[in-house]
Amino acid sequence: MALVLRTRSSCGDGRQKMNRIGTLLMAVAASVAAIAWGTYAGAREPVRHQVPAAPDGKSKVVGLCDGATSVVVPGVAAGESMAPEKAREVAGELMRRYEEKQQLAHGGAEHAQREMRVWEAELKRRIDEGYKLFHSPELGTNGISCDMCHPDASNTHPETYPKFQTQLKRIALLRDMINWCIENPMEGPKLPEDDERMKALEAYIISTRKGVPLAPGKH
Amino acid sequence: MARYKLPMERKKEEYLAERERFFAELPRLSRRDFFKTAAKAAAVATAFWKGYPPHSFQLVRVAEAKETQPKFTFAYISDTHILDKGLNHRFVRACQKAVDDVNALDPQPDFVLFGGDLAQLGKAEELSIGAQLLKQLKAPVRMMVGEHDWYLDMGEKWREMFGEPTYSFDHKGVHFIVLNSVIVEDYWTEPKMTPMERMLAMAQLDNPNGRPFMVGEEQRDWLRQDLAKVDKKTPIIVFSHSPLYKYYRPWNFWTEDAEEVQKLLFPFESVTVIHAHTHQVLTNRIRNITFHGVLSTAWPWPYAPQGIPELTVQMVRADPFNQFDGCGWGTVPVRGDGQVDKHYVLWDRNPMTVTYDHVRRGKQGMAELAKPFEGSLSWPSY
Repeated sequence: MALVLRTRSSCGDGRQKMNRIGTLLMAVAASVAAIAWGTYAGAREPVRHQVPAAPDGKSKVVGLCDGATSVVVPGVAAGESMAPEKAREVAGELMRRYEEKQQLAHGGAEHAQREMRVWEAELKRRIDEGYKLFHSPELGTNGISCDMCHPDASNTHPETYPKFQTQLKRIALLRDMINWCIENPMEGPKLPEDDERMKALEAYIISTRKGVPLAPGKH
Repeated sequence: MARYKLPMERKKEEYLAERERFFAELPRLSRRDFFKTAAKAAAVATAFWKGYPPHSFQLVRVAEAKETQPKFTFAYISDTHILDKGLNHRFVRACQKAVDDVNALDPQPDFVLFGGDLAQLGKAEELSIGAQLLKQLKAPVRMMVGEHDWYLDMGEKWREMFGEPTYSFDHKGVHFIVLNSVIVEDYWTEPKMTPMERMLAMAQLDNPNGRPFMVGEEQRDWLRQDLAKVDKKTPIIVFSHSPLYKYYRPWNFWTEDAEEVQKLLFPFESVTVIHAHTHQVLTNRIRNITFHGVLSTAWPWPYAPQGIPELTVQMVRADPFNQFDGCGWGTVPVRGDGQVDKHYVLWDRNPMTVTYDHVRRGKQGMAELAKPFEGSLSWPSY
């Protein structure tokens, strides 16, 4: 983007000033767009904490889950694994600093009403995607949809997973059963486990059992 | 009780049960009756001996009162939900399986009730595949309509193929009534839904925007007039797609004007309602009316979270790994007094018969019925 802008400004002569203003405006617009895109893309990619480099440039630096605190581990090179004792020491130190700061989730601030509404809306969107898939034959090939056997996701009992699924002869998660139903009664191709549609289906099914105690392994 | 029994094992059990009943009933016979019956039984046994002839002892029961004995039997197949996806589709195969089973009955039933939802989305192609499947039945077929047959073209194709959905007929002293109980108030015209949108909305059982089924005023008037001609002592059997009572409204296991229909049936001595739609073993009784659900060939519905009639002995949750589990068809032996014993042929499970005696004795009778099933309630079906 910056390259393009520079080319444009250098090709002007008589109206250089105008061009400069134009360039400035475009640059501002571009940065706003870039920041907006970053935010948008960021919502999809998990946040990664960046730890600062060690002062000696060699030693290992371990970050705390708050994304701000970190400790340098002298004697252990970056990328190297720590001995169990050392690792415990580092974890203890991080915990001490955490408690020292009396850190709380979200920086100790109350959730704002607006935030809560956003989260709720996002969750509802995901559940709705799942509801739609659950009530549509699109994941199969024979016109059968999940809701035909499971109205209101009944008899899906997501709270009982993981458990030994006798018919599969192994431990199964809800997603294994979802895929079983897609492949067999619905005669469709099974979904990759990290497929967004799989996540949406799980979100819908689990949402119908709100308040039901977890009972993994229940038969 | 074992989860599965081989046909041979079942036959053997039936034979042993017959024999037990035979000996139990012997003391009730006069000397003359005994020789007469024994001779007949022996003749039958000799003539048809192939393994265990299950009915060789039944002749003894001439001694029993005629009214509690089956006078005739009809069979039912229901809720096939045929999709227009080729003849190898699992629902087509399931319907074919039921047709083959019913055709194998010996003696043949007097007729076969089709309980509605022949098609899944009311398409002409689906109805036509369904009609071809049912055409193979040896016994005459009585058709009933379901919402899946109706809401694409408001029953146009169905009526063209099978005639009017509301009718009555008399058979061996019983007055049969067939209703279209899947009428709902119009919620599609205003939002300008297409016929397929309307069909899909009606086909979704858990549709929160759905409307309750009803028989409607017009049909209730027809029913009133139809029943006016019938003696109060004549047994009545009503076929309706939806249960003619209120079970669970969110899934339309429900008939909004059920009470008004029941009121028309209360004055009769013997009334049975056989309904489809719920795809499960279901028993209810309201005053003099006994209600029985029927099985689907396509899939079983789970029991609703509330509203299950207390007389119902629930079938164990179906095994999702077995297409035919919890599905099937059945027969309805009609007794001399017009009351019915309801026989569920659950594919891959032990059959279940809810007799009128069970229902008449209420919760206690049904508890007795449930007893042999107790051991099978924990089989691993999750």
